[in-house]
Amino acid sequence: MIGEEIIASLVVKNLAKSFAGTKVLDDVSFAVADGEFCVLLGPSGCGKTTLLRIVAGLETASSGEIEIDTARVDTLPPSARDVAFVFQNYALYPHMTVFENLGFALRLQKVPKIEIQDRVAEVARLLEIDKQLQQKPQQLSGGQRQRVALGRAIVRRPKLFLFDEPLSNLDATLRASMRVELAKLHERLAATMLYVTHDQAEAMTLGEKIIVLNRGSIQQAGKPSDIYHRPANAFVAGFVGHPRMNLFEGRLNEGGTALKAGGFEIDLPAALSDFGGADRRAPVTVGIRPEDLVPCDPREAWFSGTADFVEDLGSDRFVHLSCRNLRLVARLPARFPIQRGDPVNLRADFERVHLFHKNQRLR
Amino acid sequence: MKRVSFLGAIVAIAAFSLLPFLWFVLTSWKSANEISAIPPVLVPSFHWDHYRAAVEQHGLLRYIGNSAVVAGATTLISVGIAALAAYALARFNFRWGRAYLMLLLAFSMFPQIAIAGPVWRLLSWLGWLNSYHGVVAAYISLSLPFAIWVLSTFFKELPRDIEEAALIDGCSRWQALRMVVLPLAAPALFTAAILVFIHAWNEFFFALIILTYPAVQTLPVGIALFPGEYTMPWGEIAAASTIATLPLVVLTLIFQRRIVQGLSAGAVKG
Repeated sequence: MIGEEIIASLVVKNLAKSFAGTKVLDDVSFAVADGEFCVLLGPSGCGKTTLLRIVAGLETASSGEIEIDTARVDTLPPSARDVAFVFQNYALYPHMTVFENLGFALRLQKVPKIEIQDRVAEVARLLEIDKQLQQKPQQLSGGQRQRVALGRAIVRRPKLFLFDEPLSNLDATLRASMRVELAKLHERLAATMLYVTHDQAEAMTLGEKIIVLNRGSIQQAGKPSDIYHRPANAFVAGFVGHPRMNLFEGRLNEGGTALKAGGFEIDLPAALSDFGGADRRAPVTVGIRPEDLVPCDPREAWFSGTADFVEDLGSDRFVHLSCRNLRLVARLPARFPIQRGDPVNLRADFERVHLFHKNQRLR
Repeated sequence: MKRVSFLGAIVAIAAFSLLPFLWFVLTSWKSANEISAIPPVLVPSFHWDHYRAAVEQHGLLRYIGNSAVVAGATTLISVGIAALAAYALARFNFRWGRAYLMLLLAFSMFPQIAIAGPVWRLLSWLGWLNSYHGVVAAYISLSLPFAIWVLSTFFKELPRDIEEAALIDGCSRWQALRMVVLPLAAPALFTAAILVFIHAWNEFFFALIILTYPAVQTLPVGIALFPGEYTMPWGEIAAASTIATLPLVVLTLIFQRRIVQGLSAGAVKG
């Protein structure tokens, strides 16, 4: 059975990396539990791939420690870390057949030929590439290459799987189906995986834990639902979710009974007027997800404006609105009758409103 | 119309380049009378006497053997060293890597005559004149910059990921080089090898000053020394030249696809 030995955990402590004086990673610490699927999520250039490469040993950190299975590995070469790496563009060996690609690591470990054959055949069957074993990578489709790249990692039974945006070269349909397959594969192998992506949909579906990175430091680490429903700061709030969360500047009124933003004044429930000792008169960032904005009666409305543009996705409608000084996006049901230029009145449940101050979550 | 003029241009250029070659091939088959006939005879009477004379009287086979040894050794050693140097230059970020490559390029621009004196004195001091290793050493110094340039350009274009995948799969740097990089670099290695070989095979000037004994002389020098005090054996010279050219033509025809691949590597994404 595949996967019996594949359990390990990863600890990263105070990792920092600079390239020619530029800080790429700054004091990054986290842990991945045995068998956990952990996703590193962030925009391009946030340092997530560098972090992954440092864990793999392809890059050296400027400072910090890495432990795999409680053993320090940061001075070891990649070959001694017992990790597998799935590259963004697959990085298959073009001069070898699929069989040789899959068996290469085992051959280097001097595993007996018969065992190599068995293990390669098993993985090939699992990934449904057993018909392609004698072909060269050039003869394969993108999806098949992706499977070979995956298989090359799986066949080794490593302590840790590292993925560098492995699905980003596939077309949308294939990406969606591979996403599901990867999730199933993880379940089946029960292996520890660290997965880098900038695609938040991928992160939400695959990750048991998501670590959001921006500009080389961790913004938030937690379960996907926490990241989505309780973003730690305005960056996470804006980065996760599609369409993007509505974020705008606001301020409390003198008495702390209402929130003023973009020319609107929203009465606060009494319980909300105190938030975490922050200066009441300080500006706050207000965040409301498009799906949390609901159409309402004009008298109850928080925001009134007109529809600038309606994106009809069939299942939903993304309505782009101008409400005085604010530009908002609301996600409305497909049946909701609305056209460009129509007046719109919206409100939200206060439980669903996010408030941030100086990049910290207030509530 | 366009097509006709295009074809015409091709034929003209080919004829212009091939005419001298064709002339001495034809000459090699002419009789002594036909060679000196005025007006010139275009179609020879297909004598093989000059070939026999070149082999029997002028020791053509020995020259071929010498050339094969010298060009072969030069190629193997040059490409071997160049592959390692180029890999290092392409992969490890040396501070002066770029400057070093430029320096190599500058060295390869020196006219041979400018370094002939020092090279001769150096080899003389080493006692390497009139030896294979002497002329091979000189040739390697001529061909290394070129070979390193061709190969380092190629290695730079080779995706790093593939090597990194090999490192993660458990290769040491050496294993990655041997099992992954070099097989992928085969077209470039072939290109460099063939061009170095052709250069060494044809080289005349250094061979002339370094090799003064017929026992070690290479083909170009040997052929140049065919004329006697009172004779000019055109037929034998033409026959020997034809034989000297043949291996190059064959090599190029066999490997032309590889050569083009190697030279245009990285120009278009594969």
